[in-house]
Formats: sequence, structure tokens, C-alpha cells
Amino acid sequence: MSIISKEDVKHVAKLAELDFSDSEVEKITPQLDKILGHVANISKVDTAAISPTSHTLEIKNVFREDTVRESLSKEDDHLNAPEEMDGGFKVPKID
Amino acid sequence: MNQQKDTYKKIDSKYETVIGLETHVELSTATKMFCGCKLSFGADPNTCTCPVCLGHPGTLPVINKKAIDYAIKIALALNCTTNNYSIFHRKNYFYPDMPKNYQISQYDLPISSRGYLDVDMGDYIRRVGITRVHLEEDTGKLIHTGTSGRISESAASIVDFNRAGTPLIEIVTEPDIGSPAEAKEYLISLRNLLLYLDVSDCSMEEGSLRCDANVSVKLAGTEGLGTKAEIKNMNSFKFLQKGLEYEVARQVELLESGKKVIQQTRHYDHITDSTKALRSKEEAHDYRYFPEPDLVPMHIEESTVKEIRAAIPELPFEKTARFVSQFGISIYDCRFLVADRNLAEYFEKCCALYSNAKTVANWLMGDFSALLNKEGILISASKITPEKLTCMLEMIDSGKISSKIAKSVFEEMFATGADPQNIIESKGLEQISDEGMIESVIDKVIGENPETVEQFRSGKVKALGFLVGQVMAQTRGKANPKLVNEILLKKLK
Repeated sequence: MSIISKEDVKHVAKLAELDFSDSEVEKITPQLDKILGHVANISKVDTAAISPTSHTLEIKNVFREDTVRESLSKEDDHLNAPEEMDGGFKVPKID
Repeated sequence: MNQQKDTYKKIDSKYETVIGLETHVELSTATKMFCGCKLSFGADPNTCTCPVCLGHPGTLPVINKKAIDYAIKIALALNCTTNNYSIFHRKNYFYPDMPKNYQISQYDLPISSRGYLDVDMGDYIRRVGITRVHLEEDTGKLIHTGTSGRISESAASIVDFNRAGTPLIEIVTEPDIGSPAEAKEYLISLRNLLLYLDVSDCSMEEGSLRCDANVSVKLAGTEGLGTKAEIKNMNSFKFLQKGLEYEVARQVELLESGKKVIQQTRHYDHITDSTKALRSKEEAHDYRYFPEPDLVPMHIEESTVKEIRAAIPELPFEKTARFVSQFGISIYDCRFLVADRNLAEYFEKCCALYSNAKTVANWLMGDFSALLNKEGILISASKITPEKLTCMLEMIDSGKISSKIAKSVFEEMFATGADPQNIIESKGLEQISDEGMIESVIDKVIGENPETVEQFRSGKVKALGFLVGQVMAQTRGKANPKLVNEILLKKLK
């Protein structure tokens, strides 16, 4: 039995803003299924005595003071922008 | 007409309205939530940005301690339980105003939950349950090109990331609000509370306080909830109430005509005063939250909570109750005074110097507020100190100036900040209470107006007003009006 269906792949692709052709979905689905199957091995570990965690590091409460640090210059801010306009990052029409 | 009214009444009692509000508040910290960029509304686009808030690869967020303290302060003031273990989550979605393509927010372990806010509705108190108070980061701002500024008509958009990463508090209520009017009062009370806590400027015009609503209607007395709609873009107290009123009526109409309410997000348009469905995105609610791996958990110590609790000032609800009992003024007056923290402080300072609280309240609510509004300044920036105001009130009480003259003294004080005593002396405004002096003016007026005097004597009571007016005019408004009346009546007998 497969873990992931073609519909799941299409849904996730859409969420990730990726376009796949039908033949690509056909090809990717069994590959992802295999990966997920491999990852699923983790669930064989007995975790009954282990409390859940979202972080592996034994640290907590890492804060900074509310003091201003210098921001980037206007030029540096835009250095990686493919397009700019009126001091802002220009993006295509949103739909 | 009557029939229409009856139909409305019938519908009104047939259905119950259920509203829950989600309020976003930008905190007034000096820097952003996860980096040291300065918060500055209205700065040139993209001048308060750095690799962290621009979402450059390889950067790491670090939590602003002050934002956490503010969040705890808000939570405590809303009677919430602060959760001693709390973490951040990533909320994943694509939109150009989000540089990272995820927003750092909180999910199932928010900073606090389960509280309430008591909302004073005048003749009853509505207790609104608070589901949660959590922290997140604000997005950037999109400016749509083209003259209309509308998304649908623009060829491109410009992104300003100055706002991206601003600490944002989300306050979610239980579906406890029973009418659009209650929703408006809730938001007014919440805003006032936040202003007292000094954690945000709460400007609805500038977008530092924003409110969305979930609203549904159901047959009165039935269990469960009707299908809800989420209403966005109600960016003033008035529009919140109007938008909800429209939506409630729309839903009732649907149900009355046998149709169903569809769960959707709707946009309020204040020009047409109606709500319109936004194009539904089927993936919209699949945010794939997962714990933010770049931030470590927060363990909020009991001592921190204690310290913050101790620093919370007296809040509006309690202050109103105290003003009523301590100063014996009406609840209406108290609400007006307490609605502005600075005004309430000013009022108390005056009452420490002067015994008649009602007189102070009247001046503050009347002439003072009118001038402040006209000049667009806050009472804290006014040149009239509580000492000067109460000194002027003492002068009215002792008969040194008339209440009419007091108005012009007040205006002069407001404009120049001068001492009332100096104003009266330099302008010769002191009230004339010397009976001999008043008598001589009255004799003169009687002599000049024999016809009016005759009219009064033959029973035309109104003629007295004219004579009083003449006396006041000849003394340039300075004669003690009470004495003028007394002496004049005696002489006319």
C-alpha cells in the first residue's frame, strides 16, 4: 500500500507553487512514496518512555535586548532584487 | 411602516447573532520581533531592513525580550493564564509581502490563553472570553501600481519590507459577542486597555490596531453555531459595527429565503457599506504549521510574571468604578474621563487641588475637550496645568470673576499658558462686586431707558433681560450678574 497518492503530490506541489506535468507526477509519486517509507522506519522505535520535544538542544530563553542596530543601506537592501521601483521590490501582478 | 417595523422585530428575536473577534496589535517596541531593525512608521521604503527581516538564507532570528514582556503584560491584563512553556511555529504560505514565505507565529503553545475582558455596555456588562493571546511578526506592505491602487487593476506591486518583522500580538475572543454594538464596545475597551498598558499606539488609521470578525446567526435558543463568515477590512470602530450589521442582515435574509450561508472570507467596503466574498483559495487553510527550528523554547518564570503583574497600572474598568465611588460623579462622566489615560490623570490631579469634582469634570468634558479637539493636541501637551485650571475655578467660586469671563480667561490660558491671576489683572477682567459701583451703572441704565422700565413695570417680564444686558455691556461683562439682578429688581419696584 502506498503512503502518498498522486492527488497528495498535486496538492503539495500546488502549496509549494510548483508546476508538474502529469508524466512528472507519475514519476515523482513512487519516488516520494519510497522516501516516506524509509522515513517511516523511525516509527518502529519504541518512544513510550520519551517525552515529545520540538527542539533537540537543551537551551531555552534566548532573547536579545530591544536595542536598535543599524539597518542595511538602501542600496544593499536592493542588491538581490531582480527588479525595483520607487525604492521598493517590484513583484509581478498578484492574482 | 409599522408593518415593516414588526417584521424586523420578529426577525430580530427569531435569530441570535454570534460574533468572535480577532485583533492584531503592533507593539511599540523600539525594534522588530527578531532583529534589531528600528520600527518606524512612514519611513522611506526599505530603509529599516536587514538580512534577517528580508529573509536572506543563513540568517537567524533572535527574540526581542521586550516584545515577550509586553505580550505577558497584555495577557495578564486580559486575565489570561500565561503558559510557562511556549514555542513559535512556522506558518507556511506564499505571498509577496512575506520575505521568508513563512510567518513566524504561534500555534498550539501560545504565550497565554483562557482569559476575559469585561465590556461595559451601559446597562449591563458583557464578559467576553479571550481564547488566546499570541505573538507573531507582521508582514511587509504592498503598494499596488496604477492610479486606482487596486490589486485587480494593477500591472505590478511594490513591496516595502519596513513593517516586516514588527512584533504583532493576536488576541482571539470566544464567540461570546452577541451584537455588532457589543463588538464595537469590545474593541473600544480593548484599545483603551492597551493604551493604558502603553504597549502600542493603537492607531487604527495607521494600521497598528486591526480587527477581523467571525460572524454567524442561528435560530434563537438552539444549540451549536450557524455557518460563519469571516469579515475583513473594518478599519474603524464605526465600520466594525456597520460591517457586522450588514453581514448579520445578509445572513438572516439568506436563511429566511431558505438559502444557506457559505463559509467564506468577505471584505467590507465602507463606500458601498456592504461585504463581498473574496475569491476563495482552496489551499488557504493548509498552513502546514511546524515548530520553528531556528528558535528555542521559552520557559516563562513565575518571578518574571510576578514582576510584570506588579507593573500593571490601574485599568479602565477598575478606574471607572473607583471614580464613581471616590468622586461621586456620574458613570457617564467617568467613562468619558477614563477613556483617555492622560485625561483621567489630569482630572485626579485637579481633584487633589480643588474640592468640586463635578465642576472639574464639566470643564474637562466641555470647553477643555472642545479646544483640545479643535487644536488637535493631547491634554498632556496643553499649556494649562491642573494648578492653573483649579486656580481659575477658585476665582469663579469666590466671585472674583464671572463664569462668562472665565471662558475668555480659559481661552487665554489655553493659548498662552499664562497664569489666570495675571490674565485678569492685565486685562482688567476682575468681576465688579462693589454694590455702589453697580448701583451707579444701574441708575444710568434706568435713566437712559425709561420706556423699557415702563414696560417692565406694566408686567412685561422680558424687559428685565434687556436692562441686565445693558448693565453688563456698560461694565464690559464684569459686573457680578447676581448682584445686578438683585439691585435692578429692587430699584424697579
